[in-house]
Amino acid sequence: MAQKRVLMKGNEVIAEAALRAGCRNYFGYPITPQTEVMHYMAKKMVQIGGNFVQAESEVSAINMVYGAAAAGARAMTSSSSPGISLKQEGISYIAGAELPAVAVNIVRAGPGLGGILPSQGDYWQATKGGGHGDYRNLVIAPASVQELYELTVEAFNLADKYRMLVMILGDGTLGQMMEPVAFRDEEPIEKIEKPWAATGRGGRKTHNMITSIYIDPDELEAKNRELQEKYKYIEENEVRYEAYGLEDAEIVITAFSTCSRICKNVIRQAAEQGIKVGMIRPITLWPFPSKVIAEAAARDNVKAFLDIELSAGQMVEDVRLAVEGKKPVHFYGRMGGNLPTQKEILDKIIEIHNDPEGGKV
Amino acid sequence: MVDFSIILAGFGGQGILSAGKMAAEAALYEGKEVSWFPSYGPEMRGGTANCSVVISDEPIGSPVVNDADVVICLNQPSMEKFEPVIKPGGILIIDSSLIHIKPTRDDIRFIPMNASEIANDLGNMAFATISMLGCLSKATGCFKRESFESALYEVLPERRHKLIPGNVEAFDRGAKFAD
Repeated sequence: MAQKRVLMKGNEVIAEAALRAGCRNYFGYPITPQTEVMHYMAKKMVQIGGNFVQAESEVSAINMVYGAAAAGARAMTSSSSPGISLKQEGISYIAGAELPAVAVNIVRAGPGLGGILPSQGDYWQATKGGGHGDYRNLVIAPASVQELYELTVEAFNLADKYRMLVMILGDGTLGQMMEPVAFRDEEPIEKIEKPWAATGRGGRKTHNMITSIYIDPDELEAKNRELQEKYKYIEENEVRYEAYGLEDAEIVITAFSTCSRICKNVIRQAAEQGIKVGMIRPITLWPFPSKVIAEAAARDNVKAFLDIELSAGQMVEDVRLAVEGKKPVHFYGRMGGNLPTQKEILDKIIEIHNDPEGGKV
Repeated sequence: MVDFSIILAGFGGQGILSAGKMAAEAALYEGKEVSWFPSYGPEMRGGTANCSVVISDEPIGSPVVNDADVVICLNQPSMEKFEPVIKPGGILIIDSSLIHIKPTRDDIRFIPMNASEIANDLGNMAFATISMLGCLSKATGCFKRESFESALYEVLPERRHKLIPGNVEAFDRGAKFAD
């Protein structure tokens, strides 16, 4: 049963959700705009007897996550863009060692030290593998504080299920905003046995070994094939998205997280002007909802796509791959921490309505 | 009511962010959808602070406000910055104890109120923003006085409940400016 709605900050809800999901190991290093995740953890984790460490660096924090996850515990780290870059080596090792873990990136504008305001410029880093090697992270993009709660809990289940890192990709808006959230009395925690965990030999004849090193090329290739099999299964089974208005849309907007919310307002305004606009909002950025986009592209009523991002255009590449040239794909984005205004998006919609083929990406 | 948007702005330390949160809490008490988004840029340190609050009967689109139904200002730089973003027919509420300029627009409703004087009179400067919430509530109906009071009892820890009558008094004094 859901409890009464309370007003809470996105970052705090992420931390609360992790604790509710049974995470008792948090390692991090402060950075705006996600530091409230740490604040909350610092206070609450100690009260419930878990482990909280403010590490000396992001590199250290992600390796602590590796260690806790290797021992079979639910572990998490959080940061913002520059800090997530530092964690990439560890994330690659976690992928190689097939360890379940959750990492949160409350994205700020880059590149480099950049600024502290919202951005979606880490889409490529999150979905295409920010570290070295052939690997994937499951990437989830919540669009509200309520979703931050539900999907963070789910992230721990998915991480355990697939023995991989699940990344929550938010942005400064989502982390800093307050919205009502209704917590459940009981969390849907999937208890998954971890016979592989490095918990000491116990009754076993041999000890468990957690590693990502495979010197023999055939062994390493076999390991890679295993990973790819897993990723393929996830692509077939874990795609999540929200779609609406596709049955009569003339223009389909693709946008995730914060951008999708701004677009919702604009879709209402476009309808008032007689322009039918639908939306496909990926909730999992990897696996990407290519199929529903391909299906929309094949519809006669759909004349064009418009991708909106807080970047120079990253997800738009995945949209174009899914559309496969069947319809023009347009793009509008803002950078540097700025958000597109409703008017900017509406103007773009009107422009496409008047000339679907003009100015496409 | 769909996406009714409010911007509160002033100096850091005037209770801008808290007042915005209380407006959201009051509307949430009525079962409305609400969002609160702070300015979290480096300008907060010793400088200006502002937050956007959206109140709606439907799920809220953007929590970031570009065009506001109401702007509440507690210093002159904020008024200069946010007067232009008020929707035509919208409302500008200012603390006339601190701001001595007039708005440049004539397509908005202008409510100057001596909020800081009210707060000073009640012996707690934090009541300045609260009195302006009273004006907001009365002028727009975006949340009710009763909801504000009930929300205070819910949100504040019990040891601070003794502050609530003062808050309500400030709220009521501010509401008079909306008449």
